[in-house]
Amino acid sequence: MLKEILKILENDSRTTTRQIATMTGRSEAEVTKLLSQAEQDRVILKYKTVVNWDKVKEERQVSALIEVKVTPEPEAGFDSVAERIYHFPQVRTVYLLSGTYDLLLLVVGKTEKEVAEFVSQKLAHIEGVQGTVTHFMLKRYKEDGEILEGEEEVKRQPVIL
Amino acid sequence: MAVNTRLKHKKQTEIISERLKQISPSGIRKFFDLLASMEGIISLGVGEPDYSTPWHICEPAVQSLEKGYTMYTSNLGIPELRQELARYLKDNYNLSYDPESELLITVGVSEGMDLAMRAILNPGDEVIMPDPCYVAYEPCALLAGGTVIKVPTYQQNGFEISAAEIEARLTDRTKAILVGYPANPTGAVMPRDKLRAIAELARRHQLIVISDEIYARLIYGVEHTCFASLPEMKESTILLGGFSKAYAMTGWRIGYAASSQELIAAMTKIHQYTMMCVPTMSQVAAIAALKEGESSVLEMVTEYDQRRKLIVKGLNEIGLPCFEPKGAFYAFPSIKSTGLSSEEFAEKLLLEEKVAAVPGSAFGQCGEGYIRCCYATSPNEIKEALTRMKRFVTKHTK
Repeated sequence: MLKEILKILENDSRTTTRQIATMTGRSEAEVTKLLSQAEQDRVILKYKTVVNWDKVKEERQVSALIEVKVTPEPEAGFDSVAERIYHFPQVRTVYLLSGTYDLLLLVVGKTEKEVAEFVSQKLAHIEGVQGTVTHFMLKRYKEDGEILEGEEEVKRQPVIL
Repeated sequence: MAVNTRLKHKKQTEIISERLKQISPSGIRKFFDLLASMEGIISLGVGEPDYSTPWHICEPAVQSLEKGYTMYTSNLGIPELRQELARYLKDNYNLSYDPESELLITVGVSEGMDLAMRAILNPGDEVIMPDPCYVAYEPCALLAGGTVIKVPTYQQNGFEISAAEIEARLTDRTKAILVGYPANPTGAVMPRDKLRAIAELARRHQLIVISDEIYARLIYGVEHTCFASLPEMKESTILLGGFSKAYAMTGWRIGYAASSQELIAAMTKIHQYTMMCVPTMSQVAAIAALKEGESSVLEMVTEYDQRRKLIVKGLNEIGLPCFEPKGAFYAFPSIKSTGLSSEEFAEKLLLEEKVAAVPGSAFGQCGEGYIRCCYATSPNEIKEALTRMKRFVTKHTK
């Protein structure tokens, strides 16, 4: 039940409680209850919008994916280093990965210089960080399941029999 | 042009065959021209999913082209596809068809229907079918030389066709009964016991049953009964199914027929002379659909169900009473309160509010007073369509 509601919201976070109730065949009260419980349990963290910032002229943004090699700490492992990193607001995403490096960050800034300064002046000095490799993002093709380039072409004929 | 020049001494009407002249063009043909010149239309007029074919189904087909699988296949269809289909029918309906002789891959149910009619009908043989029903049923029977006997069905009976009503129309020329549930245009699903009564009738009178089950996978909260799975009906049922609706594969044009060895052999004879085989890449895609398409079917069905609830509630709220469809992706609301004919309603709705729906009369006399709204479109579009329709209904209700 909750899963069905979450999928509806994940697809369109502006779907009203009333509409969700209709779509799932539940009462509005029931849906409201499930949603507030999910919010409380932090199953739902936030209701967000997928934005293509490249199309917004007054907001120039640069993004970089940064690989970080970390020396794990005796007790906390990677967690305490990750925590030190994720407190920076310019760090949007932090993942611990298997493979040749440990953490992968998505860092956003206004200019390449701003991102580069964050890496050299902040990130590289954090205790436990052994080394970093910065990849600036050149083009976004798909974001959160949405294809960014081009208009959605209507492929269906309006009437078919 | 060349034909016209050569035959200019003949009138156009003399060129066209008598048989074809009995058939009128599809009831909504004129909508095409109207629509072509309009923008900002919300279309509830289609009969196909709004999803693209899931990529895991497309990808093997693309690859098959790259590898050069561009030749004819066996007339019946690629053996692996027929084996997968046999497994699918066994798993879903506990029906055992021999993939070597009892299954035929067709260019959609459309071809399957044509083959079935041509395989069994002699001139004047009668085919019984429900009214309203899908627009192609009657022309297929007529083109095969048959005579069509319609059984009226009504909203108050859930648009179900009853064995008693069929029995009342039997003559010594009756050859077949055509059923198509879940139904286009009504979304009706027939309960098992009522289908069983029809099966018994067919058995008693030795009639063939053609069962169009293209919407079999699109059902909501009820169970689909495959007609061929009813007791002793496998041999005398021509089961027609396809990939278009369940796997969002309309443009691939692929379906199948399953029946007795004799009937499939007869249908294959026509198929091999007129079609040879189904496009190879479509068959490759269909294999992928049967092997790993299940999860996408379930996902799509969940979403269709949400949209179904949205549109049915919405239509009832705006004063277009709507029978609850349990299958396919159509809502079939009554528009009688407006006093408009279904064709007037559909045309005015398109011109005044830019919402395209299909007049129920296109599907037979019993469809008059209704419109068919396909809800295979996004919830936001459904909401907007309902807003526009509400304005329209308020304006036109006296």
